[in-house]
Amino acid sequence: MLKLLWLMPAFPFLSSLVLIIFGPRLAKRTVALLGVGSIVLSAVVSAAVSAAFLSSPPPGNAFTQTLWTWMDVAGFHLHIGFYLDAISLVMTLVVTFVASLIHWYSAEFMSEDEGYSRFFAYMNLFVASMLTLLLADNLVLLYLGWEGVGLCSYLLIGFWYLDPANGAAGRKAFIVTRTGDTAMIVGLALLATQLGTLNIQELMLKASAQWSVGSPYALAAALLLLGGAVGKSAQLPLQTWLPDAMAGPTPTSALLHAATMVTAGVYLIARTHVLFALAPLAQHAVAIVGIATLILAGFSALTQWDLKRVLAYSTISQIGYMFLALGVGAWSAAIFHFMTHAFFKALLFLGAGVVIDAMNDEHNIFKMGGLRKELPVAFWTFLIGGCSLAGLPLVTAGFYSKGLIIWAARASGDGSPALWLLAILGVLLTAMYTFRMIFVVFFGRAQMPVGKRPGYRMTIPLVVLAALSVVGGFVNTPAALGDIHIFTDFLHRALPNWVERPAGAITEMGSEGLVTLAFLAGLGIAYLVYIRKSHYAEALAEFSIGKALHQFWFADWGMDWLYDRIFVRPVVWFAHFDRTDFIDSVYAGLARLSELAYFALRSTENGKVRWYAAGIAFGAVALVSMVLFL
Amino acid sequence: MILFALGTIGLLVRRDLIFILMSIEVMLNAAGLAFVAAGAHWGQPDGQVMLIFILATAAAEVSIGLALVLRLHRQYKSLDVDAASEMRG
Amino acid sequence: MNSVFYLSAAVAIVSTLLMITRLNAVHALLYLILSLLSVAVIFYISGAPFAAGLELIIYAGAIMVLFIFVVMLLNLGDRATAQERSWLKPSMWVGPAALASILAVEVAYFLLHEPAQSLAPGEIAPKAVGIALFGPYVIGVELASMLLTAALVGAYHLGSRHVEKSELRNVHRLANSEAHDVDFAKPGIASRDDLVRVGNDRPAGAP
Repeated sequence: MLKLLWLMPAFPFLSSLVLIIFGPRLAKRTVALLGVGSIVLSAVVSAAVSAAFLSSPPPGNAFTQTLWTWMDVAGFHLHIGFYLDAISLVMTLVVTFVASLIHWYSAEFMSEDEGYSRFFAYMNLFVASMLTLLLADNLVLLYLGWEGVGLCSYLLIGFWYLDPANGAAGRKAFIVTRTGDTAMIVGLALLATQLGTLNIQELMLKASAQWSVGSPYALAAALLLLGGAVGKSAQLPLQTWLPDAMAGPTPTSALLHAATMVTAGVYLIARTHVLFALAPLAQHAVAIVGIATLILAGFSALTQWDLKRVLAYSTISQIGYMFLALGVGAWSAAIFHFMTHAFFKALLFLGAGVVIDAMNDEHNIFKMGGLRKELPVAFWTFLIGGCSLAGLPLVTAGFYSKGLIIWAARASGDGSPALWLLAILGVLLTAMYTFRMIFVVFFGRAQMPVGKRPGYRMTIPLVVLAALSVVGGFVNTPAALGDIHIFTDFLHRALPNWVERPAGAITEMGSEGLVTLAFLAGLGIAYLVYIRKSHYAEALAEFSIGKALHQFWFADWGMDWLYDRIFVRPVVWFAHFDRTDFIDSVYAGLARLSELAYFALRSTENGKVRWYAAGIAFGAVALVSMVLFL
Repeated sequence: MILFALGTIGLLVRRDLIFILMSIEVMLNAAGLAFVAAGAHWGQPDGQVMLIFILATAAAEVSIGLALVLRLHRQYKSLDVDAASEMRG
Repeated sequence: MNSVFYLSAAVAIVSTLLMITRLNAVHALLYLILSLLSVAVIFYISGAPFAAGLELIIYAGAIMVLFIFVVMLLNLGDRATAQERSWLKPSMWVGPAALASILAVEVAYFLLHEPAQSLAPGEIAPKAVGIALFGPYVIGVELASMLLTAALVGAYHLGSRHVEKSELRNVHRLANSEAHDVDFAKPGIASRDDLVRVGNDRPAGAP
């Protein structure tokens, strides 16, 4: 049964090929069948493989399936092989399941779009690349999947290519992630030259054997890989592309930019955790990046008026939590949060899709209102998702996963009280912006009439994901609340646990209590400002400092402006300046030369008989002299 | 040979079509002279045979050429060869 | 013998030179005939009497007469002479003279590298020529006759002024239109003057 592993990425890939080649000629039903069916099949395979893995674990808790040899040059071997262990099992299960729900949803959501087959082709290719990334047994295959998802992200962001703004957003995403990818490939090169292999398991063994803790090579490699992860996962300083990526269709935002692709960075760091363990500085850097991104994105989310952009900044912030977990050594906590985040973020995006569709493509939340009566299913599922995001105590998955991370920030040997407190501030911010969003969209007076109501294909995924957002957290609860740790135990087959520091004044329950307090505070503030006395919001916005802060946070802490000044403008200026350099003159010169030759030859054809006779005579003379004298 | 050269000069210089035709005759004549001289040198009749052929060719060419002269004259009212240069690029 | 050769050669060259520099077409033709005569003499000296006879009868006799007929048919007159004078500037002679002199130099070079031969070791009788014609060259003879037939037919068509039915309509259309100069080549129709004299073979100005 485990041998079916290769089918998991194969199904979506084949389906994508078929849709690319034959897509425009197929009927809509066939396209939907292919597009959704392949992902469902992939999910089935994933379930089967997982069942086999869990029931009879293979030796070493890992299963490797090598398909063929990619290259074998100068002693450097690379195979196309898939590696299944606890991490990749959990992640592929989540990815395929969520992806199949989102594909089913988009079968209805995109049904009126004339690029229907193109959409499914790209989405399937994306899932295939993501699964390749997750299952890769060597870093080069992982990089192949990495680039594949980057490509699909570009294609899907600019899906409605007729509007140049969408193409610009796609390009921005691609270029920014490219910057990270370059760091990553340098890191891969470093690893390959120093350790001679890029097979992940061998790499980990060799690294721990060859490099001591604090080795500069390990530090360099880890920092470079971190660069790649930061780019793909939209963390500081490369987070500017994700809000603009919301130009793509909502299912894309749900799948790529919330649940799966942006977590590839988290996966990379989790996979190469040995390297990070060997370079504590790099691990601290991960935690710093995580916490900084968390806070920054939280403030930015507070000021956005576009529904999808709020969710985008929320994604950046939540992945910051995952990075924080990685940074303090709580590897399995990060994967746990990934799982719950996939559920509720996908849910939120799909719900946002329903709302936007109903509001006739209106994205501005302040133009919506009072939708809880009109779109009941959307309202309740969105509410559940939002509560999970903010971390409603005891009943939502987000509470447990975030609680675990926050506790680890305090309790782990690499954590610190500062990190812990800032993470709790993040909870406050999360609750504020989430409930701001919910209150403004669903409560209050209805401003626009509802256009389209969703069909069953869109509501059922919402319901399923809502259920998961509630129960998904029960696989791992704190000691005092049931002490279940199925999830972390399972992951400990592949990832080490964090080192506990001696207990300080705060216990785990105390931490959870503070988290709950932060949640309630955020909820209260949002309620106060947006339901009760809405003039507070306006007053704050008008107040000069408040206004300035609002603008600053709205513009993503000025990072777009900064990058524009530092990078974009000089390059564009130089490209413009270099437009006609001497290399260009070679080609222009060639064109000019043929033009001149044309004019010269044209003048020899003037229609005069004597001219032609002279030509003949001249030619005869030349020939004769050539024969004679040469 | 000198005759041939003179004929060529005449062909290139004169603009009147009649003169051009006459120069062509001179050139043909010169060629025939060369043939006959060569035939006489080797003592074979082949040179004269070539002359006969050249003569026949000259006759044919003259008749067509003169018909074309008449045509040109009718169309352009002059015998200027440069006037008939409409096939230019 | 040699002196006769050089003399007639000189006459040929001088008369050709004069021919190409004349302004009047008939004068030039007369000089051409003179040139042909001298070449015939050269033929006779070289021991090819048949060739000489042929040259005289066909070339100087028939072809030149044809030339003279056509020149007189065209009736060019003083206007043509004046035109020729304007066209024939000395500067025009430079280029062709240069080319031709290069040619002559090459030939002279050729000739000078051959040992000089004397003229006419023997005479070639017409009989020998006839045998050669009917022997190995008989195909050439047939081809020559076909060529002449073709020339005959072509000259007839090119020279005729017959107007076909499809052109009659053009004639009427042109006659009614404002176009004054029709400078596209239409068989039989070339200018307004011709339209009046459709079917008439007599040239303009002829009585």
